[in-house]
Amino acid sequence: MAVAAATSAPLIDCRKAWAETIEALAAEDERIVVVVNDSVGSSNLGGFQEKFPQRLVNVGIAEQTMVGVGAGLANGGRIPFVSAASCFLTARAMEQLKADIAYAGFNVKLVGQSSGIAYGELGATHHSIEDFAWLRALGPITVVAPCDAWETAEAVKWAAIHEGPVYLRLSRMKVPTLDLPNRSFTPGKAELQRAGSDVTIIAAGTMVHLAVEAADMLASEDLSARVLNMHTISPLDIDAVAKAASETGAIVTVEEALDRGGLGGAVAEYTSATQPVPVERMGFPGFMPTGSIASLFEEFSLTPRGIADAARVAIRRKGA
Amino acid sequence: MTHALKTDNSDGLIRQKALWMRQQALKMVYDKQLGHLGGDFSAIDVLATLYFGVLRFDPERPDWADRDRFVMSKGHATGALYTALAAAGYYPEAWLDTYMEHHSKLNGHPNRQYLPGVETNTGPLGHGFPVALGIAIAGQMAGADYRTYVLTGDGEQQEGSNWEAAMTAGNRRLKNLTLIIDRNRLQQGAPTEETNGLDPLDDKYRAFGWQVVEIEGHDYGQLLETLGAPVGDRQKPLCVIANTVKGKGVSFMENQAKWHHGVPNAEQFAQAMKELI
Ligand SMILES: Cc1ncc(C[n+]2csc(CCOP(=O)(O)OP(=O)(O)O)c2C)c(N)n1
Ligand SMILES: [Mg+2]
Repeated sequence: MAVAAATSAPLIDCRKAWAETIEALAAEDERIVVVVNDSVGSSNLGGFQEKFPQRLVNVGIAEQTMVGVGAGLANGGRIPFVSAASCFLTARAMEQLKADIAYAGFNVKLVGQSSGIAYGELGATHHSIEDFAWLRALGPITVVAPCDAWETAEAVKWAAIHEGPVYLRLSRMKVPTLDLPNRSFTPGKAELQRAGSDVTIIAAGTMVHLAVEAADMLASEDLSARVLNMHTISPLDIDAVAKAASETGAIVTVEEALDRGGLGGAVAEYTSATQPVPVERMGFPGFMPTGSIASLFEEFSLTPRGIADAARVAIRRKGA
Repeated sequence: MTHALKTDNSDGLIRQKALWMRQQALKMVYDKQLGHLGGDFSAIDVLATLYFGVLRFDPERPDWADRDRFVMSKGHATGALYTALAAAGYYPEAWLDTYMEHHSKLNGHPNRQYLPGVETNTGPLGHGFPVALGIAIAGQMAGADYRTYVLTGDGEQQEGSNWEAAMTAGNRRLKNLTLIIDRNRLQQGAPTEETNGLDPLDDKYRAFGWQVVEIEGHDYGQLLETLGAPVGDRQKPLCVIANTVKGKGVSFMENQAKWHHGVPNAEQFAQAMKELI
């Protein structure tokens, strides 16, 4: 997979971090259970199934029921992690997410696996690029897209103790673990990846390391780009966005998702109402043509070079 | 070709087409190192029978209003569908070489806007049957004599949408609708009966108002006889439970859950090709 690394750090499939963390949490807390849709393998839950066979509910290929069962298990005192390919978890079970989880307010953890365009050639039905827009629209669900293995583990740990519905948007795309001193995961608070003053690149999930690389490219042209890891898409860290607008005057958003309604949409909504600055939204325009992950990233400019280009455009638009 | 062959020779023709489809599907999946061979191979004999012994269609006129419809609800089995449509003349065989390439019309799951002969987009399980139901209702409304066939996986039957469609079809006595269930007893990760058991599937469909026939899904004679039979006096939709073998035709793939989306290496490819004769 030709996804470039920001550092020389090894590329890691974050599903392992998810699986190890949920197994460790389950060993400590009886209440934790998982619900799946014939997705034990794709969710990396083989180990969990071996250790806790009684606490894995496989409803078969039935995502609507899977999410409803999650709500019911929460009602029955459990902490359910409902884990499935994010395309089916969200698109197929949308009304269950709305009515049974968001509206009813059950303490259910939704774990979207292989999100974004991780299924590459399998096409638009299997891509999950609408999920940010859909889930953002359901206010009470906290939407988190970890950017690497460390953050995946932290997000899973946080979700287990947080009281309220959470959507964890995980990926199986290999990414480097970002190298920052004294990291701590605070939901709803963006993580500063790079300081900068000419433009702010706000990225989430698999795009964060590409944004860091873009900032490095820009630095070689004497352009100072701030990079924010906006792991929490909803609720948005409006303080960080406000500071980005006032201190750098231009913003680029980057997400492995639709270019509207998600992270970019949230940032544009906020800045247009409070502090209008140029916002370049990077993402996908709609249903993807057939293609591999790498070829689709290239085609839609979700590359360090593409992000750097958008940053230059945003900077140029400042005076306009 | 406006009518598929229905001669005494059709058994031989179907067999020959099915073999070609298996070989092509294997090549496509091997070249791309992606695909769903297990489900391709369990379904190919059904598709070969439909396209070369049962369906009324004209590849030159994919939107011919009176064509029989085939809906591939188990959309992951593109190795079966794409080879069938190529064999049926909807597009050149050479297109198979573009399987899942950048901007290919042969996406990992079928898209009717890319390819002639594809009746609806599938991939998420549990969509094809309700759409086929709508096609059959349209035919009933128009008093048309075309028939609608839909193939689902057996694991796919766990999706509730199928049972909503089954109930409606039974209530409407949609005799022009035939549901074929690819009963290979395996889903993605495990046997169906260990995941969320379906048996007794025949009784379930009978209770929903269907006529049910259980056949050997790799026996061309039984397939032709069941799928090709005229509607006649039947006043109900027809459910054909086709008992199949996932991975049928390649010894080491047969009945192995891991060959749901397993892809062959060079050695396995050569061995499989040798077995497909
Ligand atoms: C709604 C939905 N959930 C999950 C999947 C992932 N998936 C693809 S194929 C498959 C197993 C299908 O089993 P079955 O219907 O028995 O098909 P077959 O054995 O014929 O391949 C699963 C779970 C999907 N495509 N759609
Ligand atoms: Mg099956």
